[in-house]
Amino acid sequence: MTDVLKGCALKRPLVTIALLFLVGLVGAHSFARTATGPSPTQAQSSQAQPAASELTPGSAQLITPEALVRVLQSADAGKPLILNVGPHLIYMQAHIPGAEYMGPASESRGIERLRTRAKSLPRDQFIVLYCGCCPWNHCPNVRPGYSELYAMGFTKVKVLYIADNFGTDWVDKGYPSVKGQ
Amino acid sequence: MKKIILIVVAIILAIVLYEAARHRTAQAGPVSATNHSLAPDFSLTDLNGQPLDLSTYRGKVVLLDFWATWCTPCRAEIPHFVEFQNNYRDHGLQVVGISMDDDLKPVGPFYKEYKMNYPVALGNDKLAQVYGGILGLPVTFLIGRDGHIQAKYVGAVDISTIEQGVKSLLQAK
Repeated sequence: MTDVLKGCALKRPLVTIALLFLVGLVGAHSFARTATGPSPTQAQSSQAQPAASELTPGSAQLITPEALVRVLQSADAGKPLILNVGPHLIYMQAHIPGAEYMGPASESRGIERLRTRAKSLPRDQFIVLYCGCCPWNHCPNVRPGYSELYAMGFTKVKVLYIADNFGTDWVDKGYPSVKGQ
Repeated sequence: MKKIILIVVAIILAIVLYEAARHRTAQAGPVSATNHSLAPDFSLTDLNGQPLDLSTYRGKVVLLDFWATWCTPCRAEIPHFVEFQNNYRDHGLQVVGISMDDDLKPVGPFYKEYKMNYPVALGNDKLAQVYGGILGLPVTFLIGRDGHIQAKYVGAVDISTIEQGVKSLLQAK
């Protein structure tokens, strides 16, 4: 490999540039896929569910956008049920494919719809809740939504960790989204 | 050597095409309101039943704020925008609020409670799309006197940064 590069550098500078470009591209791509977030396996593991107040960044009850994308793209069975507990106007513009709209969990109508949807589900159903209306610490919806499912006895609930908002942390990163109804 | 070049080019091309395809499938909004593009015009009715047309503010600097009553950072910004409207109105500033609440019910009481002194209307999906997608709040645009978008602030931004932007635009010829 060294001889090849040396030969290329001497004879074909363009080839060397192309090779370096390729190595950089592949490296950056691999880094972007591995640098953040738990693995899909970690994301689906069953753990004791803590109270909603413990939903701090980095906690096991959260799933990062990168990790969720890997789960959704994996060939494994056991895809999560994705429930949107945010404002309708944002859901209408873009949401995760397959996500079901529950309504803002900070309002009674959102909580009631979430409760009704979850009532008949097995308590070990893998569920991902998300909102993305505003910066994580200010989101009024994910914590009440999580608390409701926790109180109902669900054991595999993850909350999608959206640091800033759904646009910045999901759509702008090129993750799959669709317009809603 | 030619084979190596062909292989390298083919691999690069494949990666570029893959990334482009992945990105394209993720786009939800067809139109983008970027800095320095003409601010998309809109005609709405404000909370007081008056027409709210962006085009009527041409010649003024417009602070266009997408917000909602449930959004904590928005609630923190609004008293400052009320202050901006008071302090810079005579210099040519017009603040306009677009509520992204799902319905009007909480907006009226909020408007009174916060003593909002600028027009506010309920937004919609179409308006959000033409402004590049409002996929999180708050989002604030600064529009120059010529109607072009000069700045876009997403999320909780230091209010002095926005004020500095307003001042710069007011001073611009």
